[in-house]
Amino acid sequence: MSHALSEGFWAPRAACTLACVLRIAHELVEAMVAHARADHPDEACGLIAGPEGTGEPKRHIPMINAARSTTFYEFDSEEWKQVYDQMWDNDEEVVVAYHSHTHTEAYPSRSDAGIASQLGLPGAHYVLVTTKDPDVAEVRSFRIADEVITEEPIEVTGAPEAVQSYKFAHTPDSTVYDCS
Amino acid sequence: MSVEVRVPTILRTHTGGQKLVTGEGDTLAKLFDSLDAQHAGLKGRVVTDEGTLHRFVNVYINDEDVRFIGGLDAALADGDQVTILPAVAGGM
Repeated sequence: MSHALSEGFWAPRAACTLACVLRIAHELVEAMVAHARADHPDEACGLIAGPEGTGEPKRHIPMINAARSTTFYEFDSEEWKQVYDQMWDNDEEVVVAYHSHTHTEAYPSRSDAGIASQLGLPGAHYVLVTTKDPDVAEVRSFRIADEVITEEPIEVTGAPEAVQSYKFAHTPDSTVYDCS
Repeated sequence: MSVEVRVPTILRTHTGGQKLVTGEGDTLAKLFDSLDAQHAGLKGRVVTDEGTLHRFVNVYINDEDVRFIGGLDAALADGDQVTILPAVAGGM
């Protein structure tokens, strides 16, 4: 049994109806971090889609931040429709919705939770990347429903890059590296 | 006149899990009235009590965001396709 599964601290709650862990290939984590770095100091945003019903993140889709802001992000309405149409045709769903914070920690803000709770993406892992540290980005994953934020561990699959340019934070720490 | 509506996951609780439903109406407002008759509660998630679109919902007629073509007064023609999407947004 992995370290994460042995903890038992993340028992299912209202915001956590699916498996409460984000299992994701390291290439996808690196792609999110690279996007966040590229758009810094503006906030970056995007999606990772996966086959409908599987909950598996597979396809990285960087999105335009229509707000072009250091403190706010919003998908471009036209681009979001095009991406949604592709996902519809491919029988895909949103598995991860990510954005970056450029000056604050990788934790959902009041507006992040409020907007996601009004009409959000149920089942999605909300991933936050912070680029406030110029050398090491921090990546955290959350479930958000009814304005309840539940953090979950990130389980990375595959071999991470030799020199880590990001780290995971979770309290208590339960990051699992699966390097098989 | 019949219009197909793509329903986002979050609103499928109102449509018995269906991702594609059909409604009637020559404007978006009338379409949502017709949808609400079959799928109770759906309209309230998209339209405010004051009769405007909620801030963080996107509605499209074909590929056009309806905010730019008259909002709930936007005209519908037979065979149009309507898509409802959550706006994805936030900030620090």
